[in-house]
Amino acid sequence: MKKSIFYTVLLAIILVAPFAFPDFRTQLATLWLMIVVAMTWDMTGGQMGYNSLGNIFFYGTGMYVAALISIGMVHDVGSYNNAARSELMTFTDAQYFTGAIIGIIGAGLFCALTAVVIGYLTFGLRGPYFAIGTLGVAIAAGELVANWDWVGGGQGIALPVYPGNLDVGKLFFYFLFAGTGVALFVFLKWLYTTRFGAAINAIRDDEEKAEAMGIHTLRYKLTTWAMAAFFVGIVGGISAFQLIHFEPLETAYQTINLGIFMVVCVLLGGKGTLWGPIIGAILFHVIKEVTWNYLLGWQWVALGALIVVTVVYFQDGVMGWLMHKKPEWFGIRVEQKEAR
Amino acid sequence: MDQILGNISLLFEFPVVNLKIIIDGVMIGALFALAAYGLALVWGVMNVKNLAQGDFVIAGGYVAWYFTRQGVPPLFGVPLAFVVMWVIGWVVYKLVISRVIERDLFTSLLATFGLAIMMAQIMNLMFGSDTQSIQLKYDTLYFFDGFVDVPIAKLIGVTLASSLAVGVILFMKKSRMGQAIRATAQDARAARILGIDTEKVYAFTFSLNAAICGAAGAIIVMVWVIQPFYGISYSIRAFVIVTAAGLGNLPGVIAAGLGIGAAEQYGAHIFGIGYQQAIAVLLLLIVLLYRLIQQRRVRQSLN
Amino acid sequence: MSSIIDIQSVSKSFGGVLANTDVSMKVEKGGITGLIGPNGSGKTTLFNSIVGYHPIDSGSIRFEGKEISKLQVQNIARLGLLRTFQQTRIYGAMNGVENMLISLPHRKMRFFDSFGRNTKEDYERADMLLDFVGLYEKRYLQSGSLSFGQQKLLEFAMALMNEPSVLLLDEPTAGINPTLINGLIDRLKKANTEFGITLFIIEHNMRVIMNMADTIYCLAHGKLLAQGTPEEIQGDQRVVDAYLGAH
Repeated sequence: MKKSIFYTVLLAIILVAPFAFPDFRTQLATLWLMIVVAMTWDMTGGQMGYNSLGNIFFYGTGMYVAALISIGMVHDVGSYNNAARSELMTFTDAQYFTGAIIGIIGAGLFCALTAVVIGYLTFGLRGPYFAIGTLGVAIAAGELVANWDWVGGGQGIALPVYPGNLDVGKLFFYFLFAGTGVALFVFLKWLYTTRFGAAINAIRDDEEKAEAMGIHTLRYKLTTWAMAAFFVGIVGGISAFQLIHFEPLETAYQTINLGIFMVVCVLLGGKGTLWGPIIGAILFHVIKEVTWNYLLGWQWVALGALIVVTVVYFQDGVMGWLMHKKPEWFGIRVEQKEAR
Repeated sequence: MDQILGNISLLFEFPVVNLKIIIDGVMIGALFALAAYGLALVWGVMNVKNLAQGDFVIAGGYVAWYFTRQGVPPLFGVPLAFVVMWVIGWVVYKLVISRVIERDLFTSLLATFGLAIMMAQIMNLMFGSDTQSIQLKYDTLYFFDGFVDVPIAKLIGVTLASSLAVGVILFMKKSRMGQAIRATAQDARAARILGIDTEKVYAFTFSLNAAICGAAGAIIVMVWVIQPFYGISYSIRAFVIVTAAGLGNLPGVIAAGLGIGAAEQYGAHIFGIGYQQAIAVLLLLIVLLYRLIQQRRVRQSLN
Repeated sequence: MSSIIDIQSVSKSFGGVLANTDVSMKVEKGGITGLIGPNGSGKTTLFNSIVGYHPIDSGSIRFEGKEISKLQVQNIARLGLLRTFQQTRIYGAMNGVENMLISLPHRKMRFFDSFGRNTKEDYERADMLLDFVGLYEKRYLQSGSLSFGQQKLLEFAMALMNEPSVLLLDEPTAGINPTLINGLIDRLKKANTEFGITLFIIEHNMRVIMNMADTIYCLAHGKLLAQGTPEEIQGDQRVVDAYLGAH
């Protein structure tokens, strides 16, 4: 009963927020983006114990796939990207919206598929090799795309602007991001209670034991990563339309920005918990937005410092700290040593 | 595509071009090997995978560049970078690394990644984002009707790099500290029981690593260019080399370093200079996949 | 009775050290087979070869008539051939019931079943088996905080939860409080008779193994030294010599 009131209030806040703070619509949309990528990173990093540094690959790929699908439905992609962009940039409203919807969904599906392929090649890598390998995939993708003229090379791709009122456009993107976030939350809340959730936790805690018990480890790992990649691809696709113009190295495959933000969010909030990534993303986003403008160029240094400090001193995050202080809230009970 | 094929056929029509590429590759590869040796040292001794390795290299380059601009003769930049980076390495060890040694591997990886971002940004703020280099006023030697050009500056660079490597190897073999480092690498707990102050060994090893990287960077700035954000590609190259060669395999590190230098030069020749970064990273993926297949073979597979 | 595991002249060396040389043995279906031998005689190596931790150099290992010497660990486990570890391996951060539910036989699940929740029967079975090994009272405690012996019992219960057809146990009584050993022997026997699980046990404690096994194999220096019923083994001078180090 208490829970349903909590979720109703939460949902109301989500729905009302962009109307209550109309000046912050883009900010709030970005917050949802952070929440989604943090939760998806936690699926593999927190719940399954595979710390990827390259999940941004799916964000960038999602951007490109969504953009290319929506362009390809109307124009020839190569000439669109080569032409003085304004010439060909004519989309009717209907073309814009069908292109966006199909593009975004296509981005999710394509990313899920690539995750299976990449995962098949990399999931044999354990520990730090997996982290470095995935980082390599993301960097390599950015560099290769930057040299690929058909998709716009280092210039990137410019998409048409949201047709109609720009304020409505901001609402449109806010609700796309928020909708994805809520869907992901509901999905994970369910997933972590299934046998599947328990199995990936088992892989995290002792993969060899899980293998010895006959759990289909590779299958579960691939499925988890594909599901994470699906949602990252979706928000990548949404970002492509929201940003209008993006280029490969700094926006799409932004390894050191969003790529590492999502890890820091999860660590701040607490790895391997449902709420940790969300709390972490909110904390991180607020800290970033409040301090960014006052740091006068030092913001990136501060970001590096924040990563180091979080990792070194506060790795268990908010939830981990709570779990340590109040284990009974989480139903953890330990053997009383005196009793024996 | 035609261009790529043209570039490849050039290699066969003028075999001497191969020689030039290999010489260039080996020269630059020697510097990669230095950074990789430092990585292997830290990895082996304290089990920390340092993703800020390349940023130490670049920082060393900026130290040398800065002193040269103040009127110090360029060649003195190398020892100066060695000393300055030693101090920076020690500070970094005390502030960050000493607190992640006992933790899981991802922690050290992520902490040093944060460090790498920080260092790159600080250098960007201090020195700007333009590429920088030190122009040495030496001649260039020409061979084979000018097909192969070897700037004397590069020869000096390679000589410095090799003498540094020899010096470090001798130090590790002969000195007390070197022996203590090797003992700690084998078994830190046993070393501690035998009275070796492992904390001191760790601090020394990490500082030494930073200093080696710094010296390598000081050489790179004389023969190539540096830029605040080039660090990550040096880190990745160092990882490629160590992953390919394995820990504690010094000849392997040198061979892999030279090989990767050559491979990159070939890649840049065939695909164009724009792909240089991509080639470094793709080499990493190839090496990782190779290791994976090797591992599968040991763990047997039928299906 | 027919043999469920059939090991034919298996050899395995580690860089020149011969861990197993030309070892052949059969594990009878539905029985309890013991494997004894002094330290370093290659018992655990043989177990690891069977369950797929490393390749064997030569020979053949058949499980229910199927060659398994080239399969990987998880594939062998999915056939219903399970092992417990000498150093216990449980999920320390989870409680006992969670550990049990993780151990549900995934090989019997279709992919979409894994997205289901655990059923009431699963919980009942977990409770029943935890009760069977005597951990019912402690089932909601974080299992990492249990004593070593209790963790060992939990691992045994997890193995039973997986409904294996054969269970390989590596020193089940090592580290267990001597007063509890008799209880453990009873449970192992019950697992064999009531759940119909074939047991293949490495054991150092002679009293335990002589009490349980129908057939015993003795390894020494990687070679098969003797085989037979407990009585035959007890009377075998070579076995006595091997244990006294006179071999």
